[in-house]
Amino acid sequence: MENRRERIGRWVLVVVMHLAVIAVWQLWITLGEVEAYIMPTPLATFATLFEDYNWWSNTLVTAASVFGGFWLAVVVGVLLALLFSWSKWLNDAFMPVIVSLNMIPKVALGPIFIVWFSYGIGPNIIIAFSICFLPILITTARGLNEVEPELIDLVRALKASRWQVFTKIQLPGALPYIFSGMKVAVVLAVAGAIVGEFIASEKGLGYLMLQVQVTLDTAAMFMAVLLITFVGVVLYALVLMLELLLVVRDARVE
Amino acid sequence: MTGAHATDAFIRLENVRKVYRTRGQEFLAVSDVTLNVAAGELVSLVGPSGCGKTTVLKILAGLHGHDAGSVEIGTPADPFDPGRDIGMVFQQSLLLKWRRIIDNVLLPTEILGLPRAESRDRARDLLRMVGLEGFEDKFPYELSGGMQQRASIARALVHDPKLVLMDEPFGALDALTREKMNLELLRIWSESRKTIMFVTHSIQEAVFLGSRCAVLTAGPARMADNFEIDLPYPRLLDMKTHENFGVYTRRIYKLLGME
Repeated sequence: MENRRERIGRWVLVVVMHLAVIAVWQLWITLGEVEAYIMPTPLATFATLFEDYNWWSNTLVTAASVFGGFWLAVVVGVLLALLFSWSKWLNDAFMPVIVSLNMIPKVALGPIFIVWFSYGIGPNIIIAFSICFLPILITTARGLNEVEPELIDLVRALKASRWQVFTKIQLPGALPYIFSGMKVAVVLAVAGAIVGEFIASEKGLGYLMLQVQVTLDTAAMFMAVLLITFVGVVLYALVLMLELLLVVRDARVE
Repeated sequence: MTGAHATDAFIRLENVRKVYRTRGQEFLAVSDVTLNVAAGELVSLVGPSGCGKTTVLKILAGLHGHDAGSVEIGTPADPFDPGRDIGMVFQQSLLLKWRRIIDNVLLPTEILGLPRAESRDRARDLLRMVGLEGFEDKFPYELSGGMQQRASIARALVHDPKLVLMDEPFGALDALTREKMNLELLRIWSESRKTIMFVTHSIQEAVFLGSRCAVLTAGPARMADNFEIDLPYPRLLDMKTHENFGVYTRRIYKLLGME
């Protein structure tokens, strides 16, 4: 077990390393005399926050697409995996189709989604969802099937119901797998939402990037990228916290 | 065949036969097992891999049907409820990693819907009996292999089943821990007075533990013999050097064609 001091030390290191990356960035631009329109300094980048770019509302819109697509994927992915674990026929019939469909570059579907679902946050959520739900489905399905057959024998000898097996053994056993799928999915959800905003949107950080690109405001573009990253980091942290809360240390899949 | 008198035996297996069928292939898993077990006996089922020991246990647990012969458990005076009166222990402890030891032990009581408070008290008593007092709130990864197996024995007893099935429960432990666990099992058995079916491929273990020993052979899987082991309890490790102990082990080696 890690003691309190070690834990605090580790957190300090995390903060210091993040600040160090920003410091190296600043030094590189200053000492290397890089032109501002190629690459702004971190200070110049943060300064754009005070300009009138509607940062707050644009960030909220992007966060809504990312979070919406992500949590939709978690719900659909886990439910489908459950269905597949109950019926071998469903699994054999649909899993290969889903894997094939997953090979479609979702980015290429963007324009079609716009035709189907029109402008706005809806299609962006769907693009984010479609790009990130498969890892959740696959890891959950694997986790649900990972149960020792002898353990099932043990409870079936006591006439355990399918629901008891699911709630007491399968689902808690699959949680570590679900979380490892969710961590992969966070990255994909962010990418999916931004692609949606690139293709067709009138709000959001992706849309804003295209706007400021025209005026070659590199600093604002970098700020947008930082905020997109920040949205992803917040979601990732949320997933980690949930994992810490729900999964016993030794059962975690690293 | 020797054994408890057929009418008052707790378990009565007669000419039991089991065939597995997969993709048109037939595999004879058990052929002609006849065995009577009195209530409170500890029966060793010994034999090489693939001799159908585990299949016999699964038939007793009601997890597999059988193709011929008859399987009866319980007597009018001592009835057996097939959905309730079974406790199982396997080679792996199969403890749920996310549950504390006490909550692992309580799993069968949750499935059967037994009253919580009483079950908890009983689980605590059993953990004391298997030597895990003070470990109730630990997680499985904090326990050694032998201790995990003790917890899984407590789990098999928590709902007070009449029959406990053990499938090579000490097969994954190191030699010293295994001997220690053999002594522990004999003590637990004498305190709980359960009927225990104990599968092993160790001839020494089979003779040391069993009040009765059933020998199964492989290819084809059938029961070669079944006899009482007339060695006094409590059994101690030095008994293994005793002449009578050797008589029984030699008898089993012979049945398995190893002498």
